[in-house]
Amino acid sequence: MFNYTFQWGQALKNLPRLLEGSLVTLQIAVLSMVMGIAFAVILAVARNSKSRLISAPATAWVEVARNTPALFQIYMAHFGLGQFGIYLSPYVALLAGITFNNAGYLAETFRGALRAIPATQTRAGRSLGMGPIKAFRLIIMPQMFRIAFLPTTNQMVWAILMTSLGVTVGMNTDLAGITQEINVRSFRTFEIFALAAVIYYLIAKFVTICARLLAWRMFRY
Amino acid sequence: MFGTALTASDFLFLGQGALMTLAVTFFAVAGGTLLGLLFGVVRAQINPWAAMPLTFVLDIFRSVPLLIQLVLANAFQAIAGLQLPPFATSCIVLALYTSAYCTEIVRGAIDAVPAVTRRAARSLGLSWGQDMTYVVFPMALRVALPSWIGLTLGVMKDSALVLWLGLIELLRSGQILVTRLQEPMTILMIVGAIYFLMSFPIARLGGALEKRWREND
Repeated sequence: MFNYTFQWGQALKNLPRLLEGSLVTLQIAVLSMVMGIAFAVILAVARNSKSRLISAPATAWVEVARNTPALFQIYMAHFGLGQFGIYLSPYVALLAGITFNNAGYLAETFRGALRAIPATQTRAGRSLGMGPIKAFRLIIMPQMFRIAFLPTTNQMVWAILMTSLGVTVGMNTDLAGITQEINVRSFRTFEIFALAAVIYYLIAKFVTICARLLAWRMFRY
Repeated sequence: MFGTALTASDFLFLGQGALMTLAVTFFAVAGGTLLGLLFGVVRAQINPWAAMPLTFVLDIFRSVPLLIQLVLANAFQAIAGLQLPPFATSCIVLALYTSAYCTEIVRGAIDAVPAVTRRAARSLGLSWGQDMTYVVFPMALRVALPSWIGLTLGVMKDSALVLWLGLIELLRSGQILVTRLQEPMTILMIVGAIYFLMSFPIARLGGALEKRWREND
């Protein structure tokens, strides 16, 4: 049908290396999510603050993260900071870019979840003698995570897909990076990228299924 | 720090990049929406088991990084001897990618129309087509439009990835200026501002629309 001989051997031979790369991909995604969630909680609370000094920077972060491409954010970390003499390695730049992006999107999710929790919950906690932080931590936060769980899982899948952008700033240890490296050496672009696509798909499905199981385990009454 | 060697022609260059971004976005969203409408109606109307193959294929577009999809499509069109220019390849890939998300939006919107309303329409003697155009469409549009605006903006941002195929869109044109002028932060800030200006007002419009329609429900 095509005037082309597929050489799947080339791709399959490199499968172990691709799987190693997948671990790095997962590692970056998980780290960026953990940090992203931490920042997002702070941003979500800060955006609801009455003081503009606190809410304005949080709003700026969220709007920039949501209204510019993720690739742009990674470029900012990798190339942009170079103007000030700060040179981040591709790994750190990628992690910083995705964390920034995750935090922005998750902050909106969390803010929506916070709005869905009745104010009486905080007041009930406070009248039981809890301090504001303790009431937030023990009463509000668990409910917030429960409401925001599904969007957060989606963001996790997004984070995994976003790690592939690292290859544009010279990342060569994650799945996309290793794929590109094998590609430039073997010129079997279609085969090697098809295999990478399958692996990305499986990782995404794996994470989704794990999240479902976790949700079922954690959130049943 | 903000002394810069940027000239007017550099801004023109960035402007051309922005136009390329908008062009790719336009074709991707136009194609993706048409396909998404078709697939969405199919998914909402036929038995989920029968729609399984479609669901599976569309899910692939959402679970594989766009960058990988672009490279794969470009390699595939070379293998198949289609000799498509990178612009066409990018638009096709982005359109399929958009259609996968659009399908979910359309399906969700159609499902949001109460079944009793549709049965009422049918029992008044409306055909399936009339029910779809005069009852389901106006009601579903309200549900779908805010998400569709969000999707359009998402595609505009994701279209930055077509630089990998050699298209000079906004981000790539910024990168070219960076290699020449060595002022990465300044130039990227301008690029970011252009993206922001293209995206933020429409995002706000979508948000306002959503809020207003929810109030009137």
